Amino acid sequence: MEPATTHGELGKLRWHCRRGLLELDLVLEQFNNRHLEVLDAGQLALFKELLAFGDNDLLDLVMGRTAPADERYGALLKMLRTP
Amino acid sequence: MAIAKRQFDAVVVGAGGSGLRAALHLAEADLKVAVLSKVFPTRSYTVAAQGGVAASLGNDGEDNWHWHMFDTVKGSDYLGDQDAIEFMCRKANEAVYELEHFGMPFDRTPDGRIYQRPFGGQTRNYGEGPVKRSCAAADRTGHAMLHTLYQRNVRARTQFFVEWMALDLIRNQDGEVLGVVAMEMETSEVMIFQAKATLLATGGAGRIYSASTNAYINTGDGLGMAARAGVPLEDMEFWQFHPTGVAGAGVLITEGVRGEGGFLLNKDGERFMERYAPTVKDLASRDVVSRAMATEIKEGRGAGKDGEYILLKLDHLGAEVIDKRLPGIREIAMKFANVDCTKNPIPVVPTCHYQMGGVPTNIHGQVYAPDGADENIVRGLYAAGECSCVSVHGANRLGTNSLLDLLVFGKSAAEQVIRDIAVDQAFKDLPNDAADRPLARLARLYSATSGESVAEVGAEMRRTMQLHCGVFRFPDSLAEGVRKMLAVVERVKHTFIKDKSKVFNTARLEALELDNLVETAVSTMISAEARKESRGAHDRSDHPNRDDINWMQHTFWFKEGDRLQYKPVKLKPLTVESFQPKPRVY
Repeated sequence: MEPATTHGELGKLRWHCRRGLLELDLVLEQFNNRHLEVLDAGQLALFKELLAFGDNDLLDLVMGRTAPADERYGALLKMLRTP
Repeated sequence: MAIAKRQFDAVVVGAGGSGLRAALHLAEADLKVAVLSKVFPTRSYTVAAQGGVAASLGNDGEDNWHWHMFDTVKGSDYLGDQDAIEFMCRKANEAVYELEHFGMPFDRTPDGRIYQRPFGGQTRNYGEGPVKRSCAAADRTGHAMLHTLYQRNVRARTQFFVEWMALDLIRNQDGEVLGVVAMEMETSEVMIFQAKATLLATGGAGRIYSASTNAYINTGDGLGMAARAGVPLEDMEFWQFHPTGVAGAGVLITEGVRGEGGFLLNKDGERFMERYAPTVKDLASRDVVSRAMATEIKEGRGAGKDGEYILLKLDHLGAEVIDKRLPGIREIAMKFANVDCTKNPIPVVPTCHYQMGGVPTNIHGQVYAPDGADENIVRGLYAAGECSCVSVHGANRLGTNSLLDLLVFGKSAAEQVIRDIAVDQAFKDLPNDAADRPLARLARLYSATSGESVAEVGAEMRRTMQLHCGVFRFPDSLAEGVRKMLAVVERVKHTFIKDKSKVFNTARLEALELDNLVETAVSTMISAEARKESRGAHDRSDHPNRDDINWMQHTFWFKEGDRLQYKPVKLKPLTVESFQPKPRVY
C-alpha cells in the first residue's frame, strides 16, 4: 500500500503535536506512537484539522468536556480518548 | 559555508507572554522586530497559566503595591531583590490596564471593573489576611493573554518566524551579542538573524525532571544558548514543586482534592501526614507536603513496584461527591493514571512546576555576567519571563506573580532596547566565526554514525535530577548527583541520531533541545550542592534552616569550569524602606 504521506509530513505532524499543555503532549504522543503511521489519507486530513484547534479547545474535545461541532471528528476523538 | 543573513533592530527568541509583550512594545516603537518561535505563538506554555495576574487594583477591598511588595519579598524567602520587587509591584496596575486596553477579556464585577479573587500568599496589610489581588479570565488567563498579545503584534507588524529554532547566540570579541543563529524546521535552513538587540524569552526548563508539569517544549533553550555563550545562570537551585502530580505523567491533581477530604497514604496504608503536620495534616502548605512525600519515598515507604510514588486516596468521598465537587478529576485520573479514583487511589509524586532562577538580568531586562563586584552588562542581550532571573521570585514564587513578571519585565526590557538602539544605531560587524558553533553542532549530528541515544541520555538526566535534586535534598545524594550529571554532560556531547532527513526532523530537534536541558540540569545540580542552607524551594537535610548570615547571596553558575560565584541579595528597594528578613510563617 502507498504510504498516505511522506516522512517529512509525518515529522511536521509530530511537531504540531507539541503543545502548550502537558495533557495534550501526552495524549498526542501516545496517539502518534499507536496510529500516526497507519492513518489513511482521510484520517490524516482530519487529524490536521484537529491540530489546528487551540490548546484548551482541543483538550476539551479530547477529554469529552465538549462535543465536536463537526461529527466527522468523532472516530478520531474516540481513538485519542482510548487509554 | 556561506549562510543567509537577515537584519533586524531586535530579535526576540520565544513567543510566550514575555516575548510577545516585549515584541509588541518594540514594534509599536516602529522598530523592525523578528520573533522566533518553535511552535505557533498561541501554543506557548503561557497558555497553561490558569490562576491570573497579580495587581493591587483594589477593586474589591483595599489593597496597595506596598502590601504586594511585602508578600513577594516574604514569599521569596528574602532572596528576591527588593529593587526589582518594588519595580514590579508598582508597575502591576499599569501592566494590567494596558492589557485590558489591548482587549484582554478579564472577568468583570457587576459594575464593569476587573473582577479580582484571592490567591495563596497574597495578603492585605502585611500578612493580616487574604486579599483579592488576582485578575483572571476564567481559568484561561494565560490563553487569553497570549491571544490578546499575539493579535496586537500582528497589528503592529511584528515579523513572526514560526517553527524556527534558535541555536546559539552570536558574540564578538568584546562580548557584545549581535544576534542569533537559527534553523527553520521545515527546510533545515540555517540563518543568521543579525540584530542590534537580542531578547531571550524562551520560558522555563521544567523538563529536566522526570516528574514535571511542564509541556514538552519547555527545554530551556535560552538558558542553553546563554550558557554556551559564556553567560552565567543565576539561582538555578530553586525550582518550585507541586505535591500532587500524577506519577509518571506529571499532570496536576488540584489541591482541591485534599481540600474536599482526600488524603495521602504510603505503601503501608499509613496516613503519614499525621506525623509531619498533626494539626492540618494533608492541608499543610505545598512545600511541607512535598517534603513529607519525598521523605516517605526516600525511606522506602513509597508505593508501587519500585516504591516510587505516594497514594492519593479519595474513593471514600464517594462518586457523587467526587463528580459534584471535583469535576474533571475522574477523567484525568482515568486518562493519565489509568485509575478509577472512585475505587482506587491515584499514584502521585511531588512534581516540578516552575523555575525561579535563570539568565541574570537587572530591572531593565539587561543581561549581566557579574565579575567580582562589577555587574558587567552583556551589551546587546536582554531577557524576560521565566528564562530570566531578575530576581523577583527569589527562592519561591507566589502564584499569579509569574504572569505579572512577564508583562512588567517584557515591557521594561523592550523600553531599554529602544533607549539603547537610539544611542547606537549601527549594526556591528559580525565575527567570521559567527555561526561556527551551531554549524558544528548540526554537522556532528549529520555525520555521526554511532553514539549515545538521545532518549537514553535524556532519561538519565531526568532520573538523576529527580533522584538527587528533588524537593528534599541530602548532602551525599547531591554530591553523587553532581558526579552523575557531569557524566551526562560528557554523554550529551556524543549523541547520535539515525534520521538524517531535513524536513521536520524531530529526532534532531530533540537532540538540540537536550543540549539545552543538560546545561540547565547541571547548573541546577552544582548550584544546589553548594548552597549549604534551606531557603524557599531549596531544602537540605543537613542544613535545615535558613542562614541569613552566610547565604543572603545569589548563585551564579558559569559553564566554563562549572565555576560558581556569589552576589549579595539587593535588600535596598528603589524608594521605600527595606523589608528585613524574618521567619517565613503563614
